[in-house]
Amino acid sequence: MNSTVAAKNGDYTIPKLHYINAAKGLKSWLTTVDHKRIAILYLISVTIAFFLGGIFALLIRLELFKPGEQFYGPDLYNQFFTLHGAIMIFLFIIPSAPAVFGNFVLPLQIGAIDVAFPKLNLASWYLYVIGASFAVYSMLTSAIDTGWTFYTPYSTSTSTAVISMTFGVFILGFSSIFTGMNFIVTVHRLRAPGLTWFKLPLMTWALYATAIIQVLATPVLAITLLLLILEKAFGIGIFDPAMGGDPVLFQHFFWFYSHPAVYIMILPGMGVISDLIACFSRRNIFGYKFIAFSSLAIAFLGFLVWGHHMYTSGQSELSSVIFSFLTFMVAIPSAIKVFNWTTTMYKGSISLETPMLYAMAFIFLFAIGGLTGITLGALSVDIHLHDTYYVVAHFHYVMIGGAVIAFLGGIHFWWPKMFGRMYNNFWSVVAFVFVFVGFNLTFMTQFFLGSKGMPRRYHDYLPEFAQLNGFSSVGALIQGIGYTIILINMIVSLKRGKPAGPNPWGARTLEWEHTTSPPDEHNFDGVPAITHDPYDFRAPK
Amino acid sequence: MPPAASTYAGDVDALYYFILYISIFFFTLIVGAMIYFAIRYRRKKGETEAPDGPTHNTFLETTWIVVPVIIVIIIFFWGFRGYMIMSVVPANAMEIKVTGQKWFWTFSYPDGQMTTNELVVEVGKPVKLLMSSKDVIHSMFIPAFRLKRDVLPNRYSITWFEATQIGDYHLFCAEYCGTSHSKMIGTVKVRSSSDFAEWLESLDSAGEGVTPAEYGEKLFTSRACITCHHVDGTVGTGPDLQGIFGHEVELTDGTKVTADENYIRESILDPISKVVVGYQPVMPTFQGILKEKEVDALIAYVKSLGGKDE
Amino acid sequence: MSDSSTHPSYLHHHYGDVDQQREAAKLGMWIFLVTEVLFFGGLFCVYAIYRSWHPEMFINAHHALDWRMGGINTLVLIASSVTMAMAIRSFQVDKPKQGIGMMWATVLLACTFMVIKYFEYSHKFHVGQLPGKFYTYTGIEGTNPHIFFSIYFAMTGLHGIHVLIGIGVILWLMTKARKGSYHSGYYTPIEVTGLYWHLVDLIWIFLFPLFYLIG
Repeated sequence: MNSTVAAKNGDYTIPKLHYINAAKGLKSWLTTVDHKRIAILYLISVTIAFFLGGIFALLIRLELFKPGEQFYGPDLYNQFFTLHGAIMIFLFIIPSAPAVFGNFVLPLQIGAIDVAFPKLNLASWYLYVIGASFAVYSMLTSAIDTGWTFYTPYSTSTSTAVISMTFGVFILGFSSIFTGMNFIVTVHRLRAPGLTWFKLPLMTWALYATAIIQVLATPVLAITLLLLILEKAFGIGIFDPAMGGDPVLFQHFFWFYSHPAVYIMILPGMGVISDLIACFSRRNIFGYKFIAFSSLAIAFLGFLVWGHHMYTSGQSELSSVIFSFLTFMVAIPSAIKVFNWTTTMYKGSISLETPMLYAMAFIFLFAIGGLTGITLGALSVDIHLHDTYYVVAHFHYVMIGGAVIAFLGGIHFWWPKMFGRMYNNFWSVVAFVFVFVGFNLTFMTQFFLGSKGMPRRYHDYLPEFAQLNGFSSVGALIQGIGYTIILINMIVSLKRGKPAGPNPWGARTLEWEHTTSPPDEHNFDGVPAITHDPYDFRAPK
Repeated sequence: MPPAASTYAGDVDALYYFILYISIFFFTLIVGAMIYFAIRYRRKKGETEAPDGPTHNTFLETTWIVVPVIIVIIIFFWGFRGYMIMSVVPANAMEIKVTGQKWFWTFSYPDGQMTTNELVVEVGKPVKLLMSSKDVIHSMFIPAFRLKRDVLPNRYSITWFEATQIGDYHLFCAEYCGTSHSKMIGTVKVRSSSDFAEWLESLDSAGEGVTPAEYGEKLFTSRACITCHHVDGTVGTGPDLQGIFGHEVELTDGTKVTADENYIRESILDPISKVVVGYQPVMPTFQGILKEKEVDALIAYVKSLGGKDE
Repeated sequence: MSDSSTHPSYLHHHYGDVDQQREAAKLGMWIFLVTEVLFFGGLFCVYAIYRSWHPEMFINAHHALDWRMGGINTLVLIASSVTMAMAIRSFQVDKPKQGIGMMWATVLLACTFMVIKYFEYSHKFHVGQLPGKFYTYTGIEGTNPHIFFSIYFAMTGLHGIHVLIGIGVILWLMTKARKGSYHSGYYTPIEVTGLYWHLVDLIWIFLFPLFYLIG
């Protein structure tokens, strides 16, 4: 086992042998069963997906910069917003945190050599690639224009490539299911001796809760999309009113998955934030058990609220009332986390490194996202705000301001562990400012657009909505610059970054204390001994 | 928020602002604490030992669970109450039948009058909307009334409102329905009792006192033809009609026809039978929507846009 | 750690011992079965909803199904579950030849199931009882009888695909068994495949009465 050598002046060197250079050549990467390499494969894939989805976002905001048709017509616009949504949700957000951080960090955090089923793990990645290929194929033929929600009967009657896109998403669903299965078994069966549940990092708890949702919710999406494909191909008549079917039934099936899906998107990010705040406050997390159990509560309650997407759909009033009540209940565990994270900073020793900036931005932005979710949960208010830009603003606050910000925080945190090198700090802060400012400009304006009555998925809008749309489009450009700077900064660091050493942040979880940077192919030298709690910064080294 | 122009709009706004102010309060508390802690407990240079802060406090945890639960339950009941008011139609409401289709709205009044994209109502009187779609799901959205309800095919959905202020308000489609979803816009015109009665009468005698072409021009806008057909030489979802009359038109099957009166009439009542090359077969039929004299007027209007005389 | 008696070839390197590996494999398969239950559960939901909306049509339409063929198929699948369980037992007591024989029996019974299904399906195609827009049969009363057949084909079709996949997996296991890969120390792949097979059988046991025996 190679270890890093600290030279006299405190500089580190990259270990001679690690998981990246353990085997060379493209084939070794494409046939790997090493969870760390699979994480990197995912990282590359989801980054491509993110920028592809981002290009569609910029195209949308470009057209919406001013009222009237600027650059292209409504048919193309409708395809762009559909592809933006479908790519970002199915090819980026849902896989990102579980497949990138989960794969890299989960076995390390529990002291394991790999996940429970390494070959299944590789299969998950290939399923992702195949599913993504179908999605890209559908883009290149007659790109789908139904919105990422595929509502019937529009989706059953449009002539665009619904079947290839939904089939692609169907395959992607299996990637997600297999990853979830893998992680659940890994956490149950592969923990190092002495690592009891309440000694696990909260990142592990979050990934575990996410995996449960992945396993239980995604099969319902699979059957929904399969039925949609059968409906288009054979006209089976389940969702199409012309054949005796019920379009609202489609909505129930679709949202039964897609609401828990948003908790798949946010829970791992919340896990990242727990690890970041503890580390950069150099203090034990406040309310560990409350945070751990709140992840499970969110996973459970998240299955009971899908009808809050359907208050105006024609479902019964009683259903709407029950869903509204449960929606308020599911908000509480998230609030508990936010309070506990903030209190963790009390009497801490705070260091404002870039990952911590992202963690604090998360609290700021997720609070807005969550509170506007409360607004939407209220029945009478949602009747006005449903299908307006208020909803668009709300979900971007939780998805970007929450999940993406946490993802970026995690990238900036674990990058030195994954690649052994540190990125440029100055540019990481510059990028952070661009992202934070750009994001707020893009989406804060949209709350006002929505409450003023601007509906969503509109290619053109009335002149009274023009000024806010203009600001929003400028914000999008600023955000885009920020993400691009991050990409460049990280890629440059691979060649020119300073070797980071095994634990540049002084964290206390296993991946930091017992592995090199980058880690060895087999992770640990023997089985790591568990001598202290994951966030005990006062325990002896 | 838009002007609150219905009986239940004010309550919606009150709840919205209640949630907003509570949100701002808690947001300021949390973010303020976070920033304060970040400054007050900033790591000092040379600090080696990690601080020994509190790890849990059951009283605090209980408080910040119980207080939010109480607040959200209040919000829940308030929203529930407003929602029930929106769901129960008053007994004496005037019923207007609404048909949504790609990409315009048709309104039918109790005595048989029909309008397109224009919902005229009497101030201070409850109105029931009985809605259905001819094709995909649409959604009736009147921001000033805080009203929204999905409009479904093969089924009726019902909603109601009582307008409180005279004026003109936007009416949008709020469920994505294809190409011209963002053009499926109408106007709600709230009028006094006498103005409303006058307007209903005028619908019956519409077209009197003006030439057919002038009547046709009004219909061209009020019946939403203008959504897809421009008359100024620019391209829309449908062919531009300026100067078309009397000229040869090429169809998608390669044949050519002359755009005479019969062709215009057929294009209105059976639009899929002859589609101009380069355009999609998406025009809905106006059979049953337009009266005979309205079709005549539209043909006269198209003639007046120029072209070859027969 | 690399001694072959403590580290046999079937013990993967990331597991500490064989027990841990076996428990992990079984837990993984149980979780997969939960996802299958949810997957088919959606279809059972669709069945329940449409049956509650068109109860008489469902009863009228089900007469088109032959309960005897369905009943034989039920017995066939139950028998195949028994033979699969016996296969596992055989490897447990180091009787690989018997185990392979039991696996053959399972495959043959599963193929019988598919053959009977083939006859059922081809009869329906012949008379026009097809899903959705291809439905041309006129002999059933009630609203939208094509919906019954759409749901029938979707559910039994998906089930049939699972049977085929099961046959494929068992055949593959048999090739490995012939090379002596499975014995009393290690028969986990057969055990977890058995779990999968029992679920496939169980799903049919629910499908049979719901389609063939109502009314």
